[in-house]
Amino acid sequence: METPAKTLILGSGPIKIAEAAEFDYSGSQALKALKEEGIETVVINPNIATIQTDRAFADRVYLLPLTSEFVEKVIERERPDSILLGFGGQTALSLGVSLYRSGVLDRYSVRVLGTPISGIEAALDRELFKSLMNRSGVPVPPSASARDPSAAVEAAESIGYPVIVRVSFNLGGRGSFVAWSRRDLEEGINRAIAHSGIGSVLVEKYLDRWKEIEFEVVRDSRGNSIAVACLENVDPLGIHTGDSVVVAPCQTLDNTDYYNLRDASIAVADKIGLIGECNVQLALNPRSRDFYVIETNPRMSRSSALASKATGYPLAYIAAKLALGYSLDELLNTITGATCACFEPSLDYVVVKIPRWDLDKFEGVDRSVGSEMKSVGEVMAIGRNIYEAFQKAVRMLDLGLEGLDASYLNDHDLETIIGRLKSREPYWFIYVYRAIKLGADLDELSSITGIDKFYLYILKEIADAERSARDSLDGSGDRSIDPDIDAVEIPKDYLSALKSYGFSNSQLANLLGVEDQRIRLLINRYGLKPYIKRIDTLAAEKPARTNYLYLTYDGVDSDIDTRGIADKHRNRILIIGAGVFRIGVSVEFDWATVNLARELRSRGFKVSIVNYNPETVSTDWDESDNLYFEEVSLESIENIYRYEKPRGVIVSVGGQLSNSLAKELEEHNIPIIGVPGKTIDIAEDRSKFSRLVEELGLRQPEYVEATDLGEVISFIDEVGFPVIVRPSYVLSGTSMKIAYNLEELLSYISKATKVSKKYPVVISKFIEDAIEVEVDAVSDSRRIVGVTIEHIEPSGVHSGDSTMVTPVRRLRRSMLSDVWRCVSSIAMELGIRGPFNIQFLVKDGATYVLELNLRASRSMPFSSKSRGVNLIRLFADVVDKGYIDLDLGGYEGSFYELPPRSWAVKSPQFSWAQLKGAYPYLGPEMRSTGEAACLGNTYYDALLKSWLAVSPNRIPPSGSIILVYGRGGVDRNLLAEASTFLKEAGYRVASFAGLEVDGADLVLDLEDAVDYIRRGKVGLVATSGYMPDLDYSIRRTAVDLNIPIILNSMLALELSRSLKWRVDGGIFSVDELSSYW
Amino acid sequence: MVFKGCGFGGSGTRIGELVFSTGMIGYPEALTDPSYRGQILILTNPLIGNYGVPCVRRLKNGLLANFESESIQVEGLVISNLMPSSHWSMCYDLDQWLRMHGTPGIYGVDTRYLVKLIRDFGTVMAAVVVSEHVDDMDVHGLFDSLKGAFYDDLDLVDRVTIREPILHNADENRDSPIILVVDCGVKHGILRNIVGRGYSVARIPCKSDPTKYIYRYDRVVGIVYSNGPGNPIKLDQTISYIRSVIELDIPILGICLGHQLISLALGCDIFKLKYGHRGHNKPVINTLSNRCYISTHNHGYAVGFDSVRGSGFRVWFIDPDDRIVEGLIHRTKPIITTQFHPEASPGPNDTTWIFDLFIKMIERRT
Repeated sequence: METPAKTLILGSGPIKIAEAAEFDYSGSQALKALKEEGIETVVINPNIATIQTDRAFADRVYLLPLTSEFVEKVIERERPDSILLGFGGQTALSLGVSLYRSGVLDRYSVRVLGTPISGIEAALDRELFKSLMNRSGVPVPPSASARDPSAAVEAAESIGYPVIVRVSFNLGGRGSFVAWSRRDLEEGINRAIAHSGIGSVLVEKYLDRWKEIEFEVVRDSRGNSIAVACLENVDPLGIHTGDSVVVAPCQTLDNTDYYNLRDASIAVADKIGLIGECNVQLALNPRSRDFYVIETNPRMSRSSALASKATGYPLAYIAAKLALGYSLDELLNTITGATCACFEPSLDYVVVKIPRWDLDKFEGVDRSVGSEMKSVGEVMAIGRNIYEAFQKAVRMLDLGLEGLDASYLNDHDLETIIGRLKSREPYWFIYVYRAIKLGADLDELSSITGIDKFYLYILKEIADAERSARDSLDGSGDRSIDPDIDAVEIPKDYLSALKSYGFSNSQLANLLGVEDQRIRLLINRYGLKPYIKRIDTLAAEKPARTNYLYLTYDGVDSDIDTRGIADKHRNRILIIGAGVFRIGVSVEFDWATVNLARELRSRGFKVSIVNYNPETVSTDWDESDNLYFEEVSLESIENIYRYEKPRGVIVSVGGQLSNSLAKELEEHNIPIIGVPGKTIDIAEDRSKFSRLVEELGLRQPEYVEATDLGEVISFIDEVGFPVIVRPSYVLSGTSMKIAYNLEELLSYISKATKVSKKYPVVISKFIEDAIEVEVDAVSDSRRIVGVTIEHIEPSGVHSGDSTMVTPVRRLRRSMLSDVWRCVSSIAMELGIRGPFNIQFLVKDGATYVLELNLRASRSMPFSSKSRGVNLIRLFADVVDKGYIDLDLGGYEGSFYELPPRSWAVKSPQFSWAQLKGAYPYLGPEMRSTGEAACLGNTYYDALLKSWLAVSPNRIPPSGSIILVYGRGGVDRNLLAEASTFLKEAGYRVASFAGLEVDGADLVLDLEDAVDYIRRGKVGLVATSGYMPDLDYSIRRTAVDLNIPIILNSMLALELSRSLKWRVDGGIFSVDELSSYW
Repeated sequence: MVFKGCGFGGSGTRIGELVFSTGMIGYPEALTDPSYRGQILILTNPLIGNYGVPCVRRLKNGLLANFESESIQVEGLVISNLMPSSHWSMCYDLDQWLRMHGTPGIYGVDTRYLVKLIRDFGTVMAAVVVSEHVDDMDVHGLFDSLKGAFYDDLDLVDRVTIREPILHNADENRDSPIILVVDCGVKHGILRNIVGRGYSVARIPCKSDPTKYIYRYDRVVGIVYSNGPGNPIKLDQTISYIRSVIELDIPILGICLGHQLISLALGCDIFKLKYGHRGHNKPVINTLSNRCYISTHNHGYAVGFDSVRGSGFRVWFIDPDDRIVEGLIHRTKPIITTQFHPEASPGPNDTTWIFDLFIKMIERRT
């Protein structure tokens, strides 16, 4: 095959539930693979926070919506000779297929590399796939479509009960049900058929409680195939794999099971003509050899990212090489550097992946875990045994659990626990653990949860270990232990065994009722320490000096020689990654981590990274000199620090998790590079920070640091409502609320103080309708270089949910200077040497300081890429040289704003549709899952493109109805103004009775409004505020049907203006990223 | 060196060559593989025992459906974690099963460390001791007896081969043609693969003269030289019989030890690998088609690459990682051999087509 000269790679766009950072990993690896071949690369992806959209990775970067129109424009301009579709999730794959079908690829002679389109179509189309498999003798679940009840019954009888009735062409699975008998079927069938858009249902064999197993298959153009990994979903079939606990390698399959499924997976890859990588999902009867192939994804997926990290096999890199025509045996297994890529990794460790949910942030959301993915992140833990791996994984979730611990469920009886297991709430293992401690029968638990008893035994053994630890201190096993006892007498062997069961020091301390410090001392006295093992894909069979490492207490030997490192190495640096992604922490912190590591390595530093998130680039072993796939905790970092003896630890690129460790690390004599932990504490502790602001003579919203209710009441008497309640150490607005009256305030306080009892609650005056501004900057303590960003939405909307614009639009020059003066004075006072972000409110000519983050911020990729100056590189200057090495053209002031040459707008991506039942609205709590950003020659150009880059946004067809409504006051005025622009742009404006805006063309009652949306007449919904009692069904219907919704009146106005701009002949600029700098 | 762990299974002291397998799955198959006789097996997968051990199932023709031989063959088993077990097909847990067979096992060992030692020093002789009174153990005496024990000198085939021939008929069909299997410790997986293709199997003792049986059963259409334990050079009797069998121009398939014996018969050299190939994830490249297959390996010896020249063989399969000869095909005679295990069990079934090819060779002749 001829090597391409220029290849286009489609990204996956903004992060949403079910399509997340794993595609930054796969795209980035593909780019590396192509770069090695000297192929010029073009990337289209509006996800500005990704690493793949750095120009260090791709030659040409386009931050544009992933739609046929925009991609075609890029193809026209760049004229690539080939395209890769398998590295940007379902988004890229579907987009690729439609580009092919519409003839765009043909027209511009763009060759599809890797799996041919016909194979992709056979994999994606359920009917095609089913018939292909049937013809090839690969078992798929029997199913039949039916258009009337009798046909459905006939189908069910021939398939055999239970069956699942799937409603065709209906979103959200409504109308679908499981029928265990003919009676069940007859009961539900009419409703199901009625719900279908085309009056048809699919009756499919229901594989209740079957095991779900996945294989990651790699196949080259010669037909060589390997199964790189087997992933076992601990949750049974029916729970989305993204929401399942997953273990690798598969644990409960014997040789026959394993190879039956592996052979079928390879057959699937063969039949669709795979060239590259695919994921095959299979269902295995837990009581026999029966199995079915459920589906395949002929592309890199979440599971393949996990499989890469679990095995060390660089799947995406290899898949890209295979797409170029290489055969497997021609490629090197790059992790060993000595063996060939045509082999199947052998693991001598076990990996546990657990999803992380943030459902608490969503009002009204259906909390049960099922066939639709709801989790927002995941963790992966590695251990020499599964107890250790499981407990590590639980800690990594960062839920406040120190390993398996159900003590917060102590007031739950078995019946309640069983109830919660039956309703399939997230984190089943905590409930199972509690149930086991309450003496529940494992067979019963297995039949309720569908989880193989093997895993229940694992939890039971941990529970037994816990109990015996308690019993070791005294016979009763349940008493409070005097924390002042001089020493805890635990024999060495016993403590060592507990450590290899994965108990952390804090967990043991909690269990035994002593201070953490005491366990630490005991462990040190006994000389217990974890060993460092390598991940090498071949179970140590051949010497492979890999740098992919984990820690274990289950062993006696380290793979890396630690005796050589005697002194602190000046050029050795440990960077702490972001850990689990959750709402508020996402790929942007991985971007910062990877960028810093790359910068420092290019300057001769030896960089080690600690992180445990399998969907990241920072956990690619070629992004650091040593990768510790480990917990981000005091204990693990201390252990790694002792081995590595680096010059210091960097906590300021991994977001809140690493940042909040700074103080503790410093207290344990671990030096922090950049801003000292003590200083970070000032920024993180709101009361300390408020005091600082006060001392500097800067304005801030009036506040009180209250320790009792009396103080709260007298503060309210003074300033009045509304107020904002913030507990200390806030992450993405957790428990941050605006209270408009005393009742609300009191209920929030009780919740907030529960979150952080160590710190007093801070209540501040909420300044309504202010302009929110933030500054992303890096300081070397003498000079500050930064970017100022303005929010479109007014104060009260979380910064992460705001639409951001830079340069600022509405601030007068004097106000801007005021903001910069504040930045300088805070940065100088604290002597900041590193990245930071400060948020301000500006109202009536006054600037109020809101908060300071002494770390890289969520918006830093955005601010960096909007100006073409990488702020993280400037931080590397500070680490390396001690000062920011940037030519400021003789600028003398202390704050230097990087000069803008174009407009940049960042829009939040929400995942409302995925979170069934959740009420879509904006507030001080963050709820978006991702973001997209575009640059433009005009503000409207950038704004509209950025909004369009977020799914499911699209420009409503001309003449369609736009539903605009809101509460009185500012909101309604802004919305009325928006309506005027919308009408001028050629739309009909409908409004909602009771909340109608002036000048609407028609006013609908609730039923009609919902009906209009359902019938596809509404192209866009624009509203504002919070009123679930009035419009829940409108907002919900819109998001369920993928109708774009705008949730803030100011944003509605700005977007209406930009729609009008477009109608008036405004033209989208389609330019390469650097041409905007 | 002494490694301490927890004993399970049978008790007592067993001596053997210490080897490791990187196969992650299939311990009931591996432990009953006669090729492991005389060896103490380390499994690198740290979690073993998860799915227990199934009840013995036997096919109508007497072959075992789910094991590789009638008993556990390894001298001892060394693992990291002995897991609780759960599988619908299980009859025993691993501990019970090892106890039934009197095979000592030890868990709680840093097997990765052991593997690294073996990798650096090469395979060594070792003893597994499972005893209530480990503290009273005569460690020095044990080390002394290890010094005098040499795996390569043992006649291990003698311990695993059959004494009398056994006939396994292909399903129902008693007239089906017979393939003679020279049983040097044959895995039932090999036999199942032959019988499953409609041919009956006559297993004959490793050191017996096949020509005798070719005449006794007049339906013999091919010969398979099986896998087995130990040093092939010890089997000079078998090797000399091979020389005469080759003259008959009957299709021959050699697997593992069988491959080595046939190579020796045709003048190739055999050498001992530092620590062998044992695992289910190994690539072999078919030099005729340039296709790469994933295969099961279990061998401590190999055919010298350079010695193939002049033997009449050409190198058929090769391991791309260390250029070890993994299969031979004769230039003029109907002989094919594989160092790897096309029957898998345990391991991937990607090379079972070798049996199809062998059958095709037979059919072409008849």
